[in-house]
Amino acid sequence: MQYRFKIAGGDFSNAGTVASSVKKILRQLNINHTVSKRIVIALYEAEVNVVAHAYSGLVEIDIDSEKLRAYIADKGPGIPDIPKAMEEGFSTASPQVREMGFGAGMGLSNMKRNCDILNITSEPGTGTNVEMITYFKPDAR
Amino acid sequence: MTIREIAEKINGRVLCGQKRLSEEIIYAFSSDLMSDVLKVDRENILLITGLVNLQTIRTSEMSDINCIVFARNKKVNSEILSLAEENGMVLIECPHSVFKISGELYIAGIKPLY
Repeated sequence: MQYRFKIAGGDFSNAGTVASSVKKILRQLNINHTVSKRIVIALYEAEVNVVAHAYSGLVEIDIDSEKLRAYIADKGPGIPDIPKAMEEGFSTASPQVREMGFGAGMGLSNMKRNCDILNITSEPGTGTNVEMITYFKPDAR
Repeated sequence: MTIREIAEKINGRVLCGQKRLSEEIIYAFSSDLMSDVLKVDRENILLITGLVNLQTIRTSEMSDINCIVFARNKKVNSEILSLAEENGMVLIECPHSVFKISGELYIAGIKPLY
């Protein structure tokens, strides 16, 4: 199954609608609750990142019998130094993002913690691509 | 402790989710940083926060948190209220600080997560 969603940069009131939709899909598919929670938390953090930093983003969700793959591609400033951005506590978030309860430099580490495979590629000035794969059975990774 | 007892203890006003008032709460977590809330791996906890916006509700939705206490007399707007109602959550407005609410509930037997 494949699902596609759009994210508008700066649209804070809709941040989380993609993760919320995916949560409902996973519930309908009877996916293990603990696994489903990991997936939606990782996706929510990724979504907040797009809203906070990019101009626009596209989310593709692919679900098969053993895993969920989320691919998030945004148009935006990109990440010049990915290892630095992965460090907990490092953030370039605006005061507006901090007012929303984010921007403490924990998004990428929360994403990493809550998926089995995380790939991030970025071209500064163009955008960032994030791939997250999570297996439904913990021993399948 | 039930949600109803919690609301009475902290002099809170229940805004929605009246159907859940007899549910038991064992653990609570106080934070204004939503990424910290997303790190919590226990469910059915009480969230005590001074952050009143849609992301507080979204974060709770992703974390399976069904009851939120808003501290420091912060007011919930209709947009926040309707998203919480859609998710079947209990929202409680409270005049006290996060420190006071946490202290009162700790004394009353609500447990910390760590």
